[in-house]
Amino acid sequence: MGKRILELDNVHSYYGHIHALKGISLYVEEGEIVTMIGANGAGKSTTLRTISGLLHPREGTVKLEGEDITHTDPHLIVYKGVGHVPEGRGIFPKLTVRENLEMGAFTITDPNKIQQRLEWVFELFPRLKERLDQYGGTLSGGEQQMLAIGRGLMQHPRILMLDEPSMGLAPVLVELIFDIIQKLNKEGVTILLVEQNAHMALSIAHRGYVLQTGNIVLTDSAEKLKKNEMVQKTYLGIE
Amino acid sequence: MQRFLKSIQLRELLRPLGQMIAFSLGSSAVLSLIIIILALILDQTAVGASTMARFKVSLFSYTIVNLPQVLIDGLTLGFVYAAIALGYTMVYGVLEFINFAHSEIFAIGAFVGVEILIALKGREILSTEMSVGNAYWWLILALLAGMAAAGLAAVVVERLAYRPLRGAPRLVPLISAIGVSFFLQDAIRLIESITTGQFHRIIPTFGNFDQRLTFGSMPLGAGSISLGVQIKSLIVIIAAVVMLIGLNYLVNATKVGKAIRAVAQDRATASLMGIDVNHIIALTFLIGGMLGGAAGVLYALKFTRIDPFVGFFPGLKAFTAAVLGGIGNLTGALLGGIVLGLLETFAGTFMSIFTMGAAGAEYKDIFAFSILILVLIFRPHGLMGENVGQKA
Ligand SMILES: Nc1ncnc2c1ncn2[C@@H]1O[C@H](COP(=O)(O)OP(=O)(O)OP(=O)(O)O)[C@@H](O)[C@H]1O
Ligand SMILES: [Mg+2]
Repeated sequence: MGKRILELDNVHSYYGHIHALKGISLYVEEGEIVTMIGANGAGKSTTLRTISGLLHPREGTVKLEGEDITHTDPHLIVYKGVGHVPEGRGIFPKLTVRENLEMGAFTITDPNKIQQRLEWVFELFPRLKERLDQYGGTLSGGEQQMLAIGRGLMQHPRILMLDEPSMGLAPVLVELIFDIIQKLNKEGVTILLVEQNAHMALSIAHRGYVLQTGNIVLTDSAEKLKKNEMVQKTYLGIE
Repeated sequence: MQRFLKSIQLRELLRPLGQMIAFSLGSSAVLSLIIIILALILDQTAVGASTMARFKVSLFSYTIVNLPQVLIDGLTLGFVYAAIALGYTMVYGVLEFINFAHSEIFAIGAFVGVEILIALKGREILSTEMSVGNAYWWLILALLAGMAAAGLAAVVVERLAYRPLRGAPRLVPLISAIGVSFFLQDAIRLIESITTGQFHRIIPTFGNFDQRLTFGSMPLGAGSISLGVQIKSLIVIIAAVVMLIGLNYLVNATKVGKAIRAVAQDRATASLMGIDVNHIIALTFLIGGMLGGAAGVLYALKFTRIDPFVGFFPGLKAFTAAVLGGIGNLTGALLGGIVLGLLETFAGTFMSIFTMGAAGAEYKDIFAFSILILVLIFRPHGLMGENVGQKA
């Protein structure tokens, strides 16, 4: 650990007139799992969208390994090794499961590598293999979530951003997803994780940030956040 | 595995071919049946009597005898419409926007192809006595040049007139497209007037394209009518079929084709896959423009005379074909084109006789545009559904 792979400095993002991020500063070190927690509408997804270039901030900078990517196009950021599994899954409804996964590997040119990854994803989610030629849009909600994560894995990014990966999944699958995240991390993938399930997120993360209405109000190691009174009350449901 | 992949790829070539055959036969059968039933009914009326008086045959036999030729001509026209319709439908699929300037992209293709052939004729490279092989090479050259020019023009139009308006309300780029359309019409007229002094151009006759292959004749009353197909009609059909199969393959079986479909379905997520969305949109215009340009050259070959407004009616009809098939749906554009081409030719041939001369062939376009209105009212998603970005 030590090298800052991702760094946001005083980032302000807007949707039209809506001031969604009001000066976010955060960093992620190489090899870390960092989680962002916060209420609905706090700006977690917006932060990820700003990092991946879907949204360009009006103020502040986003740096990837020291390189300024504040105004870089999203597809170029992908090529720099940033993966983003978006909120709401973003499955291509009229592409088959196979084609969706292939799109996840769009940046990869070596067919053998694509095949390897494909098999790896099938190992993790055997359900996807059974549904290969089905349209993405016809999968169940949970299956779509598996597909979205599987597609994110196809790319094998250096830093993977996951936006509520546990959403809509049965508890066993939530466990599985968190296991996969940890496994990936051990293989050297840096993780930035947004979760409603703060308990799970804090149990696998190294550090965390707490967002409230576009501001970071608290940051600490995951251990300490779990013991923080405000976090316990608001996000862990402990009175 | 290797074999498996190969078989899939072959399927992507055969499937559109099968579709074209099925659509051609199906539409031909349905329209023939309708016209035959109509003829049988009208035979009992004054229409039948007047046909008997004029041609010494019943309306029924008149219809049957003319039918094969009508079908051949209708399909030729239908494939031209299909090639143009694909340009509308591809752009709509990706941007949900109707590129009304596409008819002028078609015209640019036609003019570039024709001007090249005129220049070659002027240098006496082309003639009716030249070897058939050479004639085809020059025609292919003109076709490729028309495609290149039209594709390039489409890309430039997208870059200058549509891309800056990408975030604007939907009506704004539409108005821009109509403006571009008028601009290009006048630009063609201006350039042609300055360089050639006239803006009606006629494709030179060369090679054996105007010859007619006859497969026999059908007796009609005292005389007979010969059945056949002009070589240029065959060229039009073959060229269109090859292009349509190529497009189908590109969109369904290649990586870039999947990227096009991904962009059509969800632009933001596509960019998160590493797909350069602007690049894909430009590519869509390039492909649509090339198809339109090729259709322009083929149209000029078939109908010989072009002017700067040559794109207007074919464009509008191809747009109708795209709507009829389900705009955004590539297979639908093919079906719509074939149906419309056939319908127009049927109307052109039979309307005058069926109405005892009250409404002649010059009213044939009523059908195309009635269809546009009816489809928009009763089946706005078209025959095949508005499957934006779906596999063709
Ligand atoms: N496309 C948009 N247009 C306008 N406002 C938006 C848009 N997307 C998000 N917002 C607003 O920006 C703010 C932050 O939204 P964001 O999606 O980042 O929240 P979040 O923390 O991810 O919430 P959740 O936990 O519900 O996913 C919210 O107030 C939201 O209403
Ligand atoms: Mg969110």
